[in-house]
Amino acid sequence: MSASIQGGAAAATEGVDVAAARRPGSIRHVALREPTAIAGLAIIAFFVLVALLSPILLTGDPKAKVGPIFEPPSASYPIGLDGGGADMVKLLIAGTRVSLLVGFCAALVSAFIGGTVGVLAGFYGGKTDVVLMRTTDYFLVIPDIPLMIVAAALFGRSLTNIIIIIGIIYWTTTARLIRAQVLSVRERVYVKRARALGASNRRLIFKHVLPQVAPLLVANTVLLVAYAIFAETFITFLGLGDPSVISWGRLIENAFNDDAILNNAWWAIIPPGLCVTLVVLGATLFGQSLEDALNPRLRVGHLSVRRFKVRPLRGKLDAE
Amino acid sequence: MSTNGSKPLLEVEGLVASYPVGRGLVGAAKREPKLEVHAVDGVSFSLRRGEMLALVGESGCGKTSTAQSVLRLIGTSGGSIRFDGEEITGLSSKELRPLRRRMQIVYQDPYESLDPRFRVGATIEEPLEVHKIGSKKERREEVKRALELAGLTPADLYINRYPHELSGGQRQRVAIAASLVLGPELLVADEPVSMLDVSVRAGILSILDELRDKGLAVLMITHDLSTAAHYADRIAVMYLGRIVEEGPTREVIENPQHPYTRALLSVVPKRDPRDRGTPQILRGETPNSIHIPAGCRFNPRCPMAIAECKTVDPELRRPAASQDPEHLAACIRV
Amino acid sequence: MRTPLLAVEDLNVWFELPGGGELHAVRGTGFELEAGERFGLVGESGCGKTTAMLSIMGLLPPNATVSGEVRLEGENILARGEESVSRHRWNDIAMVFQGAMNAFNPVQTVGSQIEEPMHLHGVAEGKVARRQTEELLERVGIPKDRADRFPHEFSGGMRQRAAIAMALACEPKILLADEPTTALDVMVQAQILELLVSLAADFNLALILVTHDLPVVAQVCDRAAVMYAGEVAESASIDALFHTPKHPYTRLLFAATPDLHAGGERVASIPGAPPRLDQPIVGCPFQPRCDSAFAPCATETPILKSVGERHVAACHLNDHVREAATA
Repeated sequence: MSASIQGGAAAATEGVDVAAARRPGSIRHVALREPTAIAGLAIIAFFVLVALLSPILLTGDPKAKVGPIFEPPSASYPIGLDGGGADMVKLLIAGTRVSLLVGFCAALVSAFIGGTVGVLAGFYGGKTDVVLMRTTDYFLVIPDIPLMIVAAALFGRSLTNIIIIIGIIYWTTTARLIRAQVLSVRERVYVKRARALGASNRRLIFKHVLPQVAPLLVANTVLLVAYAIFAETFITFLGLGDPSVISWGRLIENAFNDDAILNNAWWAIIPPGLCVTLVVLGATLFGQSLEDALNPRLRVGHLSVRRFKVRPLRGKLDAE
Repeated sequence: MSTNGSKPLLEVEGLVASYPVGRGLVGAAKREPKLEVHAVDGVSFSLRRGEMLALVGESGCGKTSTAQSVLRLIGTSGGSIRFDGEEITGLSSKELRPLRRRMQIVYQDPYESLDPRFRVGATIEEPLEVHKIGSKKERREEVKRALELAGLTPADLYINRYPHELSGGQRQRVAIAASLVLGPELLVADEPVSMLDVSVRAGILSILDELRDKGLAVLMITHDLSTAAHYADRIAVMYLGRIVEEGPTREVIENPQHPYTRALLSVVPKRDPRDRGTPQILRGETPNSIHIPAGCRFNPRCPMAIAECKTVDPELRRPAASQDPEHLAACIRV
Repeated sequence: MRTPLLAVEDLNVWFELPGGGELHAVRGTGFELEAGERFGLVGESGCGKTTAMLSIMGLLPPNATVSGEVRLEGENILARGEESVSRHRWNDIAMVFQGAMNAFNPVQTVGSQIEEPMHLHGVAEGKVARRQTEELLERVGIPKDRADRFPHEFSGGMRQRAAIAMALACEPKILLADEPTTALDVMVQAQILELLVSLAADFNLALILVTHDLPVVAQVCDRAAVMYAGEVAESASIDALFHTPKHPYTRLLFAATPDLHAGGERVASIPGAPPRLDQPIVGCPFQPRCDSAFAPCATETPILKSVGERHVAACHLNDHVREAATA
């Protein structure tokens, strides 16, 4: 019997018994286990559901006056009426659509720019890296809120512009994160092996580097959603938002402009703020737990004295 | 062992490769001389088809850098490398591409050398895809053949697995299969079993053994002299970027001439507790290859060094006491 | 009969797995160690040797459960877990960890890191500690003026020596060394092993060398235990293990180790893989891979029995032979 057949028999029984072990670092692995991830995902899912169902939930113009200004919450209007007499519930639902839309789109823009810059800088290194990272540094240094204000003032206040402006501010941390990951993946033996084979850079990036980097990018994008939604709220609150759409920021802005505080109409200010807070919280919880699981650098060790457990010595007569 | 008696497949002469070492800002400001790690400092050897040559030595001796230079994975600053008669040191990466099919490498770490997101079949198929060989169907056949050559039979059991489902030994077999699928003539194995358990090492090494019997030229890099002693046809012992002794395995192991080889062999632990011998433990550690001693590079630690050793850099030549014409050592005292 | 310096009896360690279930990593291991003896604990990855070592020191994580006795000079130090074992840590039993050379604090001098256990365990303070540190460094082959240098200024071999010095800081009776030379070159390995042997002799230190490298154990130790799947398969003098093994795994493990002087002898490989430790094991754990398995092996667990002077093995073949001999 030749050695390779023997080897074959040997290899066959060399421990292939790991039943469907999950690949470490896959998103499913984390999302289905961690309580924080589940909680965050649940919150986001709720709001996404509301946004998707809004055409059904909203009948007629949400801004329509249905009662006196700043009417307190009642049975028929659980969150009361705003400064124009419109139903807060309807307004919040309408706002959900816009705020989430801006948040997700801006996050995607950021992720795309940041991801591309990070991959190119990390993979090619050298001059490319230097140039891209300097650019990143410049963007990091510019204070984001004044930039947003100036840009909004210059380029107009359409929703698209808002999305682009937010996208352009927040890509820098993503770029750095992805670049660091790419730098480490680039040194992995299997990438070197593929390169030694003669694989082109394109192939190396798309087939070997990106798949490794993608989960982290996804996790980071979720976090970016949180930033983006907050940013949209802020910009709109400052009066730079798109005047033709309702968003949570607009609701807060309106409430302030209509002197809700003087009227003690907390139901006009707090609920939209609460919605923003909840979504940001949800996205942060989910994104953070994803990132913790995927980014090996974030692993925290515990420094407290570890105490193991002791089982009393079993008597020799004890059955196994 | 079917050694093709005619021209060697690989001929290396006077190979030199070095890495620059950073001076840091302070060093640059002080205008300190630029430092280099002389990883490969004048290495010459040849390798025939159907022959396994083991490059052995301690860390920093340059064995891995030599292997990588031969495969043109790192640049060289001197010397020549002739593969099948053709000089390859001056070739551009484009010109090297067809050559890459004929020489392959297997790395040390089976846990890192496979992309965790690629199934086994995809990893082995990749070289074929990169070089645009065959149709999808033909490639599938080649992948199966390679898996069987590497001892992973039946191939269908492994083709769709992910690396994390396999043991270290199996992963290394996959890596070997991936290196065989292009039908190379030269295989470099860089510490192929050092990260595997002892009980599975022989299985992997016997694959290399068989491939060598079928005509593959194998360059094995290892720090484990016992493994080299068992499997290689010839051994070359390296120290600080040079080959200090080389020859047929049995000859070098049983009749070592160079003082470094002798010391090294004397301290390799033996299995048999009764086989203690007198270990010749050298003092100190191997100096770094940035400042290579003048004269014979081994002279500061050599138990046999004389005054002349500090000035003469010995060449590889047949020692007086050698029993084989191919046994060479670089020492003026043997 | 003299009480051995260290007696490990029926040591069991379970780890709770994140998905539920338990990993039974050490399954009833036991061995004895005399003062000044050099003992090897040999096995491949996953056999439980490092876990067994950590149990002796009480360095197990919170998800670990331990049972059995670890008797140091007759006293069971595991009786009350962390509480009872911590006062013996470093004072009586010290350890050089795997990769210890890389476990130094990069921003503290080597000398201060060797002094640290002396302060912590109240062994010495101030100038006395400093002097003892310098003596230790000289003893392990590091010039004492290097005490004020930082770890990155030392080579790998030097750092390993420093790690040994740190282990000896409180003058323990037992030194555990976990793969002390695995990452080192063969010449440096020889230096470190020579150091360990001379330290054991000079300080009457008992040494437990944990490694997968059989030839190292063959050259350095007097006695050894071979571990497989969390249990001791065989334990004897190192000479007996090589020349008259009484367990197929021991024999095969030696056969799978290439040797400089073994000539044309074929190097063996052992097919298969060790059993999973998160499931109960029926019969002999080595049976699926054994070349001499017969009737009882698949169903009856062999017990560690005496097969010679200070020689125990857990294999049915030994009963079989004995039965045949007494028939």
